[in-house]
Amino acid sequence: MGLLSKITRNCNHATFLIEKKLIKPLSLRERIFLRIHLIGCDACRLYREQTIKISQMIKNLFNESVSASVTLDDEVKKEMQDRIEEKLNQN
Amino acid sequence: MSNELDPHHWVKAHADYLYAYTRARISDEELARDLVQDTFLSALEKVSAFEGRSSERTWLTAILRNKIIDQYRKRSSGLKDADVKLAEDEQAEFFDADDGHWNQEPAPKHFGIDEYDPLHSKEFDHILMQCLKKLPALWMSVFTMKHLDEEPTDTICAELKLTASNYWVIIHRAKLNLRACLQKNWI
Repeated sequence: MGLLSKITRNCNHATFLIEKKLIKPLSLRERIFLRIHLIGCDACRLYREQTIKISQMIKNLFNESVSASVTLDDEVKKEMQDRIEEKLNQN
Repeated sequence: MSNELDPHHWVKAHADYLYAYTRARISDEELARDLVQDTFLSALEKVSAFEGRSSERTWLTAILRNKIIDQYRKRSSGLKDADVKLAEDEQAEFFDADDGHWNQEPAPKHFGIDEYDPLHSKEFDHILMQCLKKLPALWMSVFTMKHLDEEPTDTICAELKLTASNYWVIIHRAKLNLRACLQKNWI
């Protein structure tokens, strides 16, 4: 396998670099690899678009679920406060 | 307003908030309840160290946060857990074992996500949630710290005791699995 086809065929490494680049700047070697790979690879270019959208979706989902009304039963709360009082009385 | 602690009102004033905070980060209801209870009890032991520089709620949340990170760390100590192994086996099917090229079936294809605006629509949240649930717990911890708490990479690595390259590998694997799951299940 020639050097060029090692770059153009390796989508596993290319997608790794796509993710890494979203976190921190790539080295010169990595940038060259990714640039050459993406010129000829429709699938990885599509991967790059889709993975960016997925990150946005995750972020939205997490931040919405925080505001969703998740509450404790009164009974559970009473038990919690009882254990606090118990411990306060010990000291 | 001066910041004072009043343990007699902690549950009434903060339990629901702390529980919602926990559930956003830990999906297990029982574990989440235990962590909130633990937070109150360990806070009692630290009352004398409270200097009033933050509000009662902020102070309690900081104690809770450390307990959540401890849970995450437990997940990362078994880096080769059964669920991680399973997800990795699935990933092996994504690429050709010899040259790393996409295998035909799992290769990225156009699907609904390409026309979808993630910022202005919640339609597909339930599919995303189902796909996220299939990820190993450690990978979810990383995503939660990254996207919910917006912690910098260095902090996440330090707190979960991961090296930077472990971290990139986890993100890569998690995103590959998520994307494949979305492509398969998007209607």
